[in-house]
Amino acid sequence: MNDDFELGGATLKNRLLLGTGKFSSHRLMEEAIRRSGVQLVTVALRRIDFDSREENVLQFVPPGCILMSNTSGARNAQEAVRIARIARAAGAGNWVKIEVIADHRYLLPDNYETIKATEILAGEGFVVLPYMNPDLMVARQLMAAGAAAVMPLGAPIGTNRGLQTKAMIQILIDEINVPIIVDAGIGRPSQAAEAMEMGAAAVLVNTAIATAGDPVAMAVAFASAVKAGRQAFLSGPAATKESAEASSPLTGFLR
Amino acid sequence: MDFYDIYEGHKRFDFDDFFSNVTATDVQAALAGEKLTEQNFLALLSPAAEPFLEAMAYKARRLTVQNFGKVVFLFTPLYLSNYCENQCSYCGFSSKNEIMRKKLTKQEMAEEAEAIAAQDIKHVLVLTGESREHTPPAYLNDCLKILNKHFSSISIEVYPLATEEYRALIAAGVDGLTVYQEAYNEKVYAKVHLAGPKRDYLYRLQAPERGCQAGMRTVTIGPLLGLADWRREVFFAGVHAAYLQNKYWDAEVNLSFPRLRPHRGSFLPLVPVDDRAFVQLLLASRLFLPRAGLTVSTRESADLRDRLLRLGVTKMSAWSSTEVGGRKQGKRGSTQFEIADQRDIAEMKEMLLSSGYQPIFKDWHKV
Repeated sequence: MNDDFELGGATLKNRLLLGTGKFSSHRLMEEAIRRSGVQLVTVALRRIDFDSREENVLQFVPPGCILMSNTSGARNAQEAVRIARIARAAGAGNWVKIEVIADHRYLLPDNYETIKATEILAGEGFVVLPYMNPDLMVARQLMAAGAAAVMPLGAPIGTNRGLQTKAMIQILIDEINVPIIVDAGIGRPSQAAEAMEMGAAAVLVNTAIATAGDPVAMAVAFASAVKAGRQAFLSGPAATKESAEASSPLTGFLR
Repeated sequence: MDFYDIYEGHKRFDFDDFFSNVTATDVQAALAGEKLTEQNFLALLSPAAEPFLEAMAYKARRLTVQNFGKVVFLFTPLYLSNYCENQCSYCGFSSKNEIMRKKLTKQEMAEEAEAIAAQDIKHVLVLTGESREHTPPAYLNDCLKILNKHFSSISIEVYPLATEEYRALIAAGVDGLTVYQEAYNEKVYAKVHLAGPKRDYLYRLQAPERGCQAGMRTVTIGPLLGLADWRREVFFAGVHAAYLQNKYWDAEVNLSFPRLRPHRGSFLPLVPVDDRAFVQLLLASRLFLPRAGLTVSTRESADLRDRLLRLGVTKMSAWSSTEVGGRKQGKRGSTQFEIADQRDIAEMKEMLLSSGYQPIFKDWHKV
């Protein structure tokens, strides 16, 4: 069965997306991308040194892998918009992950500013993937503003705590007609699989892979888990039961 | 309310009593906590925490990697001038010291900037001695016009300015502010700052907050270790950082703990801080403030810096020179203090990569 992931006019086979900020070297990041077959990575514009051959992280993104710049460091919509425009003008492509974070202690996104930035950038022809705090009304507004997907956080970024916002994410999956990509908080492959079983279109991971003992092996493990979770979702998992089925049913006498 | 009110509020607290009564159980409770209280922080800074350095180090490393990744941000200092109006008993630039004074011309500044930029490093910390007369805001503005061409992030470490002046410098290209309080202890502060505008303790204490109000992206604070009891000094610096984080949540707050080093005029630390104490205060700070940046400068030796890397540090200076025009100019000014870690940027990069850390040369893009 064809289960390609259509996103922003591209067709992806691999539903694991990778963040790049926390790897111990560019080479290790490149190896993780290659071995796990990741087809879309996000890189912060703030980290891209377009002037340097040796230090430019873009040299380490394999050809064929979609580059999505992100607006890390933006404290409001205006800064996010400017960062996205600079990235595109510098040749980093048309894809942008909007990240508007004005709180340095928790790194939680500002939904209101994110909607504003999404509206402007989608209007300028960007493929916009906003990172957000899961909220149904906000997700609807992001969709209306032209977001190509909506990316709710599973838990505060970097915490590896898994799907703490599970109930809210499930509502977005059920109600929103653009792909829901769980971004941030996923700490283990089993949690990525769980998100996919719920019907998430993809997951975006950085900390759990980049800071693992063996990041390359962990990237491969995540790719497998994402695939397994997706297959489980497509297979229609058996419903869980409230209790074991009694051998003498309580209503058996009704026959 | 500003931070001085908080400082005042702690005046009645009996630190000596706390330090002599705090127990191993208190330290263990602090180690087990996710969000530490001020009392937890103080317990980790206390003598009772000394047997727990290894456990503190493990937790500090975990929190740092989780929050920042396996990366270290690099920057290099650029001294523009060593003219100073202050007499600080511990500083080589003190106005009483008969040293060679120098201020970079625009041409010299451009040469220094080019030499630094050729190393691929995009973050620079611009320093001057504290002289409004020789290095007024207009001079800093001229400098920024030159530096903006080469660097994506420019921090300043100059005399304390007014909020409006910080705002003007931000508009001219500055995004980071470093102001060391030197001594949080007011009595010690008065004792070591003998003359000059720096005698105004309060104006300096409030400078980081003025920077936040003006919209600085990053603010770095800290005491100068060696002037007063380090446990109290680091406690106040940590509480000051937490105060700024809570009030200005969009600012990235960093702590840095420069340790006094020998210099011309040979001021010896009043209260020595040995390596064991230095490690303890870094670890306690990381545990208290998991999201704060921690900077270790080239005042520390290469050997020690390599080891501190795993203990919560997120930022390091490299290829430092405390001479004005230290990199390109033949006729140079005298130094502020001696550099212990002399490695250049390529050597730092190699050390970091071989230790499993990615050196970050660029972490901001002017917008």
